[in-house]
Amino acid sequence: MPMIDIDWLKDHVEVPEGLTYEQLAKDLVRVGLEEEEIHQSQVTGPIVVGYVVDATPEPQKNGKTINWCHVDVGDEYNDVDENGNKVPRGIVCGAPNMAAGEKVVVTLPGAVLPGDFRIEPRKTYGHISDGMCASERELGLGDSHNGIILLREYGFSKEEYEALKPGDDAMELLHMNNPVLEINITPDRGYAFSYRGVAREYHHSTGAKYIDPVIGLNEKAPAEPKGIDGQTEHDMDVLIEDNNPIHGVVGCDRYYGRIVRGFNPAAPTPNWMRRRLIRAGMRSISLAVDVTNYVMLDLGQPLHAYDLNKIEGPVVVRRANEGEELTTLDEKNHKLSPEDLLITDSPNGEHGSRILGLAGVMGGLYGEVTSETTDLFIEAAHFDQVSIARSARRHKTPSEASRRFERGVDTQLQPAAVEKAVELLTRYGAGEGSRTPVDVNNTKRPADIRFKVSEVARVAGLDTDTNTISDILTDIGCNVGGGGNGEFSVAPPTWRPDLTEPCDLVEEVARLVGYDEIPVTVPAVPVTGVTGLTLEQQRQRWIANTLAQYGLVETLSYPFVGDADYKAFAIDAEAIKPVSVEIANPLAGDRPFLRRSLLPTLARTVQRNIRRGLMDVSLYEIGHVFLWDPEAPAIPALPGGVKPTDEQLAALDAGLPEQPQHVAAILTGKAENSGWLGETRDVDWSDAVEAVMRVSDRLGAKLQLKQPAAEDVPATWHPGRFAEVVLPDGTKVGTVGEFHPHVNEALGFPEHSAAFELNLSALLPALNDKPVQARPISTFPPVRQDLAFTVPAEVTAQQLSDAIRAAAGDSLESIELFDVFTGDQVGEGAKSLAFAVTFRSPDKTLESSDSEAIRKAIVEKAAELGAQLRA
Amino acid sequence: MADIATFDAQAVTADVAEGIEKIQNASTLEELKALKSRYAGADSAMTKASKAIGGLPKDQKKDAGKLMGKLRADFGRAFGAKEAEVKQAAEKARLVAETVDMTQPVRRHPLGARHPLPKLLEDVEDFFVSMGWQIADGPEVETEWYDFDALNFGPDHPARQMQDTFYVKGNQAKDAAGFVGSNMVMRTQTSSDQVRALLTRGVPLYIASPGRVFRTDELDATHTPVFHQCEALAVDKHLTMANLKGVLDKLAVAMFGPEAKTRLRPSYFPFTEPSAELDLWFPDKKGGAGWLEWGGCGMVNPNVLKSAGIDPDVYTGFAFGVGMERTLLLRHDINDMHDLVEGDVRFSEQFVMGE
Repeated sequence: MPMIDIDWLKDHVEVPEGLTYEQLAKDLVRVGLEEEEIHQSQVTGPIVVGYVVDATPEPQKNGKTINWCHVDVGDEYNDVDENGNKVPRGIVCGAPNMAAGEKVVVTLPGAVLPGDFRIEPRKTYGHISDGMCASERELGLGDSHNGIILLREYGFSKEEYEALKPGDDAMELLHMNNPVLEINITPDRGYAFSYRGVAREYHHSTGAKYIDPVIGLNEKAPAEPKGIDGQTEHDMDVLIEDNNPIHGVVGCDRYYGRIVRGFNPAAPTPNWMRRRLIRAGMRSISLAVDVTNYVMLDLGQPLHAYDLNKIEGPVVVRRANEGEELTTLDEKNHKLSPEDLLITDSPNGEHGSRILGLAGVMGGLYGEVTSETTDLFIEAAHFDQVSIARSARRHKTPSEASRRFERGVDTQLQPAAVEKAVELLTRYGAGEGSRTPVDVNNTKRPADIRFKVSEVARVAGLDTDTNTISDILTDIGCNVGGGGNGEFSVAPPTWRPDLTEPCDLVEEVARLVGYDEIPVTVPAVPVTGVTGLTLEQQRQRWIANTLAQYGLVETLSYPFVGDADYKAFAIDAEAIKPVSVEIANPLAGDRPFLRRSLLPTLARTVQRNIRRGLMDVSLYEIGHVFLWDPEAPAIPALPGGVKPTDEQLAALDAGLPEQPQHVAAILTGKAENSGWLGETRDVDWSDAVEAVMRVSDRLGAKLQLKQPAAEDVPATWHPGRFAEVVLPDGTKVGTVGEFHPHVNEALGFPEHSAAFELNLSALLPALNDKPVQARPISTFPPVRQDLAFTVPAEVTAQQLSDAIRAAAGDSLESIELFDVFTGDQVGEGAKSLAFAVTFRSPDKTLESSDSEAIRKAIVEKAAELGAQLRA
Repeated sequence: MADIATFDAQAVTADVAEGIEKIQNASTLEELKALKSRYAGADSAMTKASKAIGGLPKDQKKDAGKLMGKLRADFGRAFGAKEAEVKQAAEKARLVAETVDMTQPVRRHPLGARHPLPKLLEDVEDFFVSMGWQIADGPEVETEWYDFDALNFGPDHPARQMQDTFYVKGNQAKDAAGFVGSNMVMRTQTSSDQVRALLTRGVPLYIASPGRVFRTDELDATHTPVFHQCEALAVDKHLTMANLKGVLDKLAVAMFGPEAKTRLRPSYFPFTEPSAELDLWFPDKKGGAGWLEWGGCGMVNPNVLKSAGIDPDVYTGFAFGVGMERTLLLRHDINDMHDLVEGDVRFSEQFVMGE
C-alpha cells in the first residue's frame, strides 16, 4: 500500500510547518485513508558528508586492495592530533570506486545502520578505521553494493554539489531520518493510489489549499493534431482491435502515446527523485524507468516507456490468441488466455504479430528501454478494470500498474501524465518531446446521478442543508446542476468511477461533514414473529451447560483433517475422502479436508493437553461437520443485485454440503479426582454413556442405546463397548463407547478412554416443542421389591427393563438396575440382572395381593426373554 | 438367699444403696447395664423383695410397698442420671474422635468449564434478544453467491480477491468470470447470513447472527484462520445511520461497561454504503483508555437489498460485524490468540461457566 512522504505531498497541497506523521495519519483517517504503519527511520547518526583528502591503495595478502583514506568530516567530527589541531579521520575502505577528491557518506562511531549494524572504531588491515564510508545497501537506500555512495553521481545539480560541506548531516540530505506513513487504500478509492489523490483527501480533511496538478498539465499537453483533410500526423499508428470484450466492455478505451527523442540514457536520476522513489519503496533503476514510476506514484497513471527504435507501428491493442505465450519483465513465462489484453506491434508489416506486453499488468522482455535507448515512445492508456483484474489474477502477477487499473484510473489523466514525464525526461535527460501525440480516445463521461438531497437525511440521518451538500460534492470534483426541486444532477469527476449511485454521494457528504456529526438513536424494534431465543437455541445452551456441569471442559478446534487423523482413527482414507469437503488452498497441505466428525479434531486438542503434562483430560466441543455429496448438483454462478428465482435459490442450496451441528466429548484418565481421598477409578464407556444420558434427561429426549454385533462396530471403536444412540423411534442420532485399544494407543490416550458424539441437527428438531404435561403426584404408599433374574448373556439390560416396564403397567414408579454379575453361580452363557422396582398406585394403597399380581405379570413377561426369577 | 423369699427391709435397702453407689462409680453403658441387671433385674434383691411383699402380713404390706416404691425410684433416678451422663460423655468422645481438618481440599468431581468464546456469543445473543431482535445463523461452507455476489462483491471486484478466502475444491461449476471451481467458499464473514435472512424472514428484519468464519491467515498472536464474528442486520422503513450508532453504543456498553462508546471512521465495504470502520473506546485499555478497532459497519447497500428483492427506495437498513475473538482478548486481557484457539483446559477453567 502507498507510502506517503510529507515532502512530496507538499507539491500539491499546503501543509502546515512542522506537520508530524502522527498528525498526518490522524488527518487522513478522518476521511477514510487508514494508517497501516508509520515506518520509523532504521538509521541513527552521526552520518555525515565526508571529503576524501587522500586515499592510499594498499594491496593485501588475500588479493584485495584496500584504501587507507583520510576523510574530512568537518570540525565537529574530525580527529584531534597531539597539538590539538583538527585533522581528517583515518578510514579503511575496500570499495573500488574510492578515490581522493570524492564527497562520500561517512557513518561515524555511534551510528546504527539497518539490521542493528553498529559502527565502532575497529582495527582492520593494520589500521584503526574510525568510521565507514557507506554504500546504498548499507544505508538501506537501495540494492547497490558495487561501491560506496559517491555524492557526485547522486543527481545533485552543480551548485548543490558544490554546496555540500564536510560534516553536513547526510541523513537529512538523503532523507534517511524521516519516517514515512504507509496508508491502506480501500478498493473504491483507486485515485488515492497517487499523491494527487491523497493530497485532495488531505484537503478534504483539513481544508488546506489544494491545486489539482492535472489541470495545468492537461493544458500544456499537446492534443493529437487534426489534419485539414481528417488525416492526422501523429507519433504512432495505434489500433484498438478487441474481438473479445468482457461484459461487452472494450478492454482499452484510451491510448495516448508520445515520442521523446534525443534522450541521454546515461543521465542520472536527480537525487530528489531517487530519494522519493526509495522512500516510496521502489528501486531507482534508470532515469527513463524512474520517471515513469515517479509519474505513476505522483498522478496515479501507470506509464510504459518503449524503445522507439525497437517497435514497428502500428501498435495494436488486442486480445491474445489461444496458444500465444509471453515472457514478462520478471522473466516468467505465461500461457496467454483469449481474455488477456495485449499491447503488440507489427514488425515487417505483420499486423499486431509481436507481443510487447500484457496490457496494464506487465511489459514483456522485448521493446523495453535499455541503457542504449535514446528515443522513447511513452504509453499512457486506460484499460477496463475487469480485464486487468482478471489477467493479474490469472497470471498471479499483481503489479503497481494492475493495482491501479483494476481499481479504476482517471480517464482524462493520460495527456497530463505523459506531459509530466516528458518534462522530467527533457529537464534531466535532455530529451525532446514531440508535439504530435497519438490519442485514441473512446472514453465516455461518467453518467450523471440524479440525487435527491433528502437521501442524506433518509440514509445518513444527517440534517445537512442543500448548499452544504452542493459545496461538498463540488469540492470532491463533481459538477452539480439543478437543485430547484430538491434534486441535483451530479456529474462525478472522471477520477471517481466508484461514484455511480445516490448512496455513494450520501457517503461523500457524510464523511466530509463527519460521521461524528450523525446523531445517536436506538431504534425501536417492532415486535413481529417469535421473540427471544428459539427452543433449539435454548436447548443447545442447556447441552453446553450440562456437559460443563458434568465435569467436562468445553473447547473449540479447527475443522481441518487429513491422512494422519484418518490413520489414528482407523478410518479408511480412500473411502472418506470422496465424501469429504476439500479445501482448494488449505493452510496445511496435510490437512486439506473438513471433518465429518468432531472426534478427530477434538482428539488433537486432548493430545495437546496431554503433551503439556495435563492428566484426566475430558473435553467437549459443539461445532459443525461437513458431509460432501459427490452427486450434488453444480452451484450456479448468479449475479448480485437481482433476486434469484425460487428455482435458482433452491439450486444454490442443493449444491451445498450438509453441515449438521454436532456435540462430542472425549473422556480420559480418572473419572473422579484422586488425592488424599484415595485412588479413584479410571474413565470408561460408562462415563460416556452417563454424559449422553444426562444430555438426554436434560432435553427430555428419552435417548436409547442400540448395541450392534461386534462385527458391525466401526474400526474406531471397541467392538464390545460401542452403541448407537437412537431416538425412541429408532432414528440414529449418535454414537457412544470406548475407542478401540489401537486407537487409544495411536492417540496416546489412556486405555479405555471413551467418547460420544451426537448430531444435534437430527436430535433437536425431533424433540417435543410442547410444554411438559405434568402427572399427578400420588400420595399413596409405595411398594418396593427387588427382582433378580438369570438371563441368557445376549439379553440386554435395556430389553429386560423394557419387559418389566411393559408388564408392570401404570403402577410402576421407578426401576433401577442395582446388580449385574456372571460366573459359576449363574452358569455358562448367562448372567444375573437385579432390579429394584417401586410400585405405587395413583388412587389407592396397594395390597399385597396387588403387588403379587404385578410381580407375577413381570415374571411371565420376563420369561419370554428366557429370564428366570432367582430365588 | 433362700428360695422362698422373705422380706428383709434392711437387707434390700442396703443392697439398693450398694447398687446406687456402684452406679455412681460406673463409667460405661456396659457397666451400667450390668449393674441394672444385678440390682434391678429378675434375680435382684429388689425384685425378690417386691415379690415377697405378697407373703407379708396385711398390716406390713403397706409400709413394705412404700419402701419398695422409694427404693425403686431412688435406683431409677440414680441410674437415669448416670446413664445420661455416660451417654453424653460417650457422645462427646465420639465427636472428638471424629474431628477432621476441614481445610483439606475436597473436589471429588471435576469441575468442568465452558469455553469463554461460545459463552460470549451467548452474551451477545442475549443483548440482541433483550432489544427484541432475533438470532439467525447460516452455513459455514457457503455459496459464493451469498458470501460475495449477493453482497455486491461482483466476480471481478477487487475486494473479493482481498478476503483471503478458503475456496472449496471442485470442478463441477464455473464462476461468472469463467474460472472453474465449486462456487463454494468457507464463508469469510457472517455477512453471508444477511441475504439468507432477508430472503427467508422478509422485512422488517432485526437479526443478529453470530458464528464462525474463515480466512487464510496463519495462526499467530493476533490472527487465527478460524474465528468468530457477530453480524447484526436491521432493515426497516426509516432506519438511518443514527440508529446504527445507537445500537453500537449500547452493544459497547453491554460488553465493556458504562464508559464504553464507539466511533465511526469512513471506510469501504461492498455491501454497505456509506461504510465505516468501527472503533471502540476501551476504558480499560493497557496503558490508558483509548480507541481500538472493533469491526466494520454501514448502511446496507441498495444492491444487497435488491439481491433479496427488497425495494431500496422504501427500505433502508444498517449492518455491522464485530470480531468476537477481539472482544474477548480486550475484555479479559488475553495477550495471545493461541490461548483462545488451542483448547488448553487451564485456559477454559479460569472462566468456569464462561464468565
